[in-house]
Amino acid sequence: MHASLRRVYWWLIAPAVLLMLVFYIYPLIQVLWISVTDPVPGLGNYSELIDRALIHRIWMTTIRVCVITTAITVVAGYIVAYTMAQVGERQRTWMMFCVLLTFWLSVLIRAFAWVMLLRTQGLINTGLQELGLIDQPLRLVRNEFGVIVGMVHFMLPLAVLPIYSNMTGIQERLVSAARGLGASPWVAFKDVYLPLSKPGLISATILVFVFSLGFFITPALLGGGKVVMISEYIQVSFEETLRWGQATMLASTLLFSVFLSLALVARFVDLKKVFGAR
Amino acid sequence: MPEGSTGARSGHALSLRNLSKVYGSLAAVDGVDLDVPRGSFLTLLGPSGSGKTTILMSIAGFVEPSGGSILLDDTDITRFPPDKRNFGMVFQGYALFPHMTVADNIWFPLKVRGVSKADASAKIKNALELVQMGHLAERYPSQLSGGQQQRVALARAIVFEPDLLLLDEPLSALDKKLRADLQWELKSLHQRLGTTFIYVTHDQEEALSMSDTIIILRDGKIEQQGVPGELYEKPATRFVADFLGKSNFLEGTVGEVKDGAFTYVCGGQPLVQAGAAKHTKMSGQVLIALRPEKIALTTERPAATNAVSGQITAFNYYGSAYHFQVKTEALGDLIATTPAWTCAIEPSIGNTIWLGWEPDASVVVRDR
Repeated sequence: MHASLRRVYWWLIAPAVLLMLVFYIYPLIQVLWISVTDPVPGLGNYSELIDRALIHRIWMTTIRVCVITTAITVVAGYIVAYTMAQVGERQRTWMMFCVLLTFWLSVLIRAFAWVMLLRTQGLINTGLQELGLIDQPLRLVRNEFGVIVGMVHFMLPLAVLPIYSNMTGIQERLVSAARGLGASPWVAFKDVYLPLSKPGLISATILVFVFSLGFFITPALLGGGKVVMISEYIQVSFEETLRWGQATMLASTLLFSVFLSLALVARFVDLKKVFGAR
Repeated sequence: MPEGSTGARSGHALSLRNLSKVYGSLAAVDGVDLDVPRGSFLTLLGPSGSGKTTILMSIAGFVEPSGGSILLDDTDITRFPPDKRNFGMVFQGYALFPHMTVADNIWFPLKVRGVSKADASAKIKNALELVQMGHLAERYPSQLSGGQQQRVALARAIVFEPDLLLLDEPLSALDKKLRADLQWELKSLHQRLGTTFIYVTHDQEEALSMSDTIIILRDGKIEQQGVPGELYEKPATRFVADFLGKSNFLEGTVGEVKDGAFTYVCGGQPLVQAGAAKHTKMSGQVLIALRPEKIALTTERPAATNAVSGQITAFNYYGSAYHFQVKTEALGDLIATTPAWTCAIEPSIGNTIWLGWEPDASVVVRDR
């Protein structure tokens, strides 16, 4: 490419670069900076990761909730996406509409809706009691169960969409070929369809897990202070205990753990391929 | 498998009894009766929408017939699922598993029958060698050319010694030269295996070159069936004469009938046709099909029984042959072909030439 032309292109992307620098890179650097300077310069904040049992517990909760949420969401998302790929055009349009519908509702409204459904006098408990299935109301909310229900509900479209888009690229003829060569429906699925839908499964898993790690509103509302995950604790540190050093340290750690999980996955799969960049 | 086989395998016979498949109000297959002899190479030939693929998919078990039955050596398999039929199938576009190597693709039908890869290795190797692909066993399908993929698909379809081999337009995606090569290979493979082949195509050349029997389908029904030569020489209808090869159609009024021949008048020109005046309409009209290569082209009036003169309006040169379009006074536009190296006329537009043919060169066909 001609050198002067290249300069023109650099100028054309300059506004975007500037925007990133001012609104994204600069605050990020500041977060990192505070984490090693407040209250005193050094790695004191980070030593809490090792020393403080509370932070251990919060991290363990976060990881446990994220892993369970991711597992359930990806399996459920796979089933929904598989169904969408098999049904007729009309049903598919409706299913897609229902999947996307939750995107258009505020996350707050969805969390509160789950609280209404799951609380002690909520629809589910009263319903089960009136049916005589239970004597005492079940504890469905303000615990990990409630948090996971709410998170799975929120994350489901994020799993369905990449899996479904991958499935639309799988030739139905390959499954027919497997059947014709003597494979039972299950074997044809397990040996042909499932391996071919792996890229969609992996991108859905990454997407859901990374989103879950930093999730705030749903765990905060459905956990009701009982299930404290990292992002909620960051908020508490920032706004209530005013320990900015600790808050920024946790935020930075969260960011690193996202990078770490991506790096781990990248060891086994070609991420560029999974996310369609190649 | 071929090497070391006793040669006792004679293939299986398949019969369709009044087979039909209805989609909504449209009958894709409409009461087809068909017997596929043991070990034969049978081709279902027809334009798109003629029902040939639906018939093949019914035999394979991917399409459930609306009526009728499918028998394999007297066993009714109409309701069998595809994986219980033990048929090999080569799909249009090959349908190789992209996440498996060539060897694993070929192992697949053995694997689902409970054969370990170690036990299958000799068969995999044999099948690959049969299609001359032994050196590419560890490649992935995406690393192969179209012709190579086609060979792998074939090897995969025959490695488990299926009762029948079903082929759905296997050569349609290949270029002309490769297609011609693979026609030879398929035919010789058929001879070596002895397996019954059922082949679907819309390409009349493939059908003629490989088949023992051709079934010509039209609108879900069998239009005509027979050995290739018989179908080409004695097409029963205008459709067959036009679809299998090319034909000129002469429509005339029957005149005198005598001595196994009759005269007819076409555009004022009296002509003679061998055989009986079949399929005449109420008005006495008869339809004659005349193959372009059976017309002799000369500069002078020929001694042939039927002769008309005309002007060349267009011609194509194919190296081995000339194809001419000739405008005649009485018969309208005719096409005629002749080997290029024995071409007796000057190929130039506007040139007046004579077309001649004998009464037995053309055939009477039904106008449908």
